[in-house]
Amino acid sequence: MNQVQAKPTPKAPPAAVRRSLEGVGSGLLHFILNATEQIMVPIQRRIGVQRMAYVFVLPNLLIFGVFILLPMLLNFYYAFTGGTNLFPQDRPFVGFDNFQRLFTCQDFFQPNTCLEDRFARSMVNTAVFVTSQVALVVLISLITALALNRKIVARGLFRSVFFYPVLLSPVVVALIWKWILQQDGLLNALIVSLGGDRVSFLTSGDWARFWVVIISVWSTMGFYTLILLAGLQSIPAELYEASSIDGASAWTAFRRITMPLLMPTMMVVLVLSVIRAVQIFDVVFAFTGGGPGTATLYLVQYIYNTAFTNLTNLYGLASAASVVLAFFLVVFTLLQLRLGGTTSDVADA
Amino acid sequence: MNFITRTRGRGRLDNSDILTYLYLLLGTVLMFGPVLWLVMSSFKEPAQLVRFPPTFLPYHQETVTVEGHDAPLPLFEVTLEDGSTRQLAQVRRVGIQAQMVDPANPEEIIKVNINQRTPVERVYFGLENYIEGVNRFPFWTYFRNSVIVTVAATALTLLINSMAAFALSKYRFRGRDAIFLLTLATLMVPLSVILVPVFLVITQVGWNNNLLGVIVPGAATPTGVFLLRQYMLTIPDELIESARIDGASEWRIYLQIILPLTRPALAVLAIFSIMWRWNDFLWPLIVLSRNELFTLQVGLNSFQGELQVQWNLILAMTVLTLLPITLVFGFLQRYITTGIATTGLK
Repeated sequence: MNQVQAKPTPKAPPAAVRRSLEGVGSGLLHFILNATEQIMVPIQRRIGVQRMAYVFVLPNLLIFGVFILLPMLLNFYYAFTGGTNLFPQDRPFVGFDNFQRLFTCQDFFQPNTCLEDRFARSMVNTAVFVTSQVALVVLISLITALALNRKIVARGLFRSVFFYPVLLSPVVVALIWKWILQQDGLLNALIVSLGGDRVSFLTSGDWARFWVVIISVWSTMGFYTLILLAGLQSIPAELYEASSIDGASAWTAFRRITMPLLMPTMMVVLVLSVIRAVQIFDVVFAFTGGGPGTATLYLVQYIYNTAFTNLTNLYGLASAASVVLAFFLVVFTLLQLRLGGTTSDVADA
Repeated sequence: MNFITRTRGRGRLDNSDILTYLYLLLGTVLMFGPVLWLVMSSFKEPAQLVRFPPTFLPYHQETVTVEGHDAPLPLFEVTLEDGSTRQLAQVRRVGIQAQMVDPANPEEIIKVNINQRTPVERVYFGLENYIEGVNRFPFWTYFRNSVIVTVAATALTLLINSMAAFALSKYRFRGRDAIFLLTLATLMVPLSVILVPVFLVITQVGWNNNLLGVIVPGAATPTGVFLLRQYMLTIPDELIESARIDGASEWRIYLQIILPLTRPALAVLAIFSIMWRWNDFLWPLIVLSRNELFTLQVGLNSFQGELQVQWNLILAMTVLTLLPITLVFGFLQRYITTGIATTGLK
């Protein structure tokens, strides 16, 4: 480890992590090092130093190729084949039939006149959900980030409070809210104590849709707040000092300094939240299961249902719907790249 | 409370400060309230859970053993017709009338309108839901599966992502740029887009109903490769050159020089990987269909979907499911939040 200490490290890891890594490190690392070197050194002798790169890249590339790249290509194949057989060799080529089925409607504004009315319904639901959820989450995240960016006591604590729900699993989030919203739940108790009547939040389509938006905002806003807060904190404080010396009001400073300089971050958040919202699935799956009826059936669940839960196993139709979804994602991603965010910002969205 | 007034270096809070604190406090209630409500409810007995309006704290109704009755009887505070109150035990209830006895005098039955009695209760954090839940719901099996998946997948992710990142940042080789571009391009491909073919590949490999099918496919995260590569680019090449001159093998350089220097980025990736894998739902849902292989998330979801929903058990199991991630967050929260703010990934 001498070479390591001779050069300054770019950024010191936190002490706790460093200590634990070093404790386990020294003994285990030497054992692993010696054992694996027995294999690696002969390989290096055979292929040379520069080609060792292939050895390093291989495991990742292999898994990546088999489980991401290959499925991506296969997805197109599925989209153009029919039948209920999973294995590609047994699937007849059907051309654009699957897409035609998805998009055959007498009236495009009435989902129930469509041949595949569940797809049409899921598209409408997704569009409505994305619009309302994104608008709400961006607005609330911005307000929260602005509040957290002020000179306040216990900022770190508040920041963590808003972020905590982001870490909860979708199933847990769904159950927490199901418990609050049930017939005898907390919210109905509040409504009754204020003199109202109990509301069946989970069996009414409109209410279910409404709460899916709220829950989704609740569980994701902390993430966008953090990104916006980072954006706010990168705005140089001198700008505000200068503007206050010039006698500008807080509102003017917000309009003339904060908003323009925060715009790139806002764009990242906007596109990121759209990409996430389009793919809404797990939390709704556990919360309403797509119901009541098709009230909260969104695009990804339509794909999942069509492929895996119906006895029909319409893999081709599901893949065609996946292609439609992928199309939207590509459009939004290109938009994001055009707007100048870095690619890592959209990672694992 | 001096420190509050110090905020703006002026002597007092102005209106916008008060508004800010009000907003943040309201936010705290809305963010933490639902979780707190879940935790409180998880300690309540089934009879208390169906009570309306619900109470915030969990209560337990006192019972008393009365001569001539085998089971302990619930205790009530009864307002009698003459206005006096007495503590009576309820034998049975018929419509709106309750038949009660005085524990001291078990012979005489007193008939009371049910509106004239209130249960005698005390605050009680019972662990019954947890104990019964762990027994009825194969919690430890699911927990073990989740731990295996999370630990194995995170270790595998760190290993193969860092190897690939090392190759992409420190070597010149044919196909390097192509591989890197491919990684960038697929940064955006979520599982939801490739559900069907992934299911086929898993089936072909024979990993249906095998934890490997959950662990391996997601390990080659483009995010991780990208994050680590960007970090490794900042490590000076001279370090590697001088190690080569000293006779170190490439593998030794990777393990003994590159990995230790990449620790901050590895730690960020490790935390994210743990979060992704612990909370992962869609992938295990597709790969696993045998109950004994379920992860906690899939198990919990199937448990709540059963016909007879037993909320007391579900609530306790939900708390147990969110506990590990909450602890991780409690210890590493500053690290997680700054990690996200600087890398923009989740």
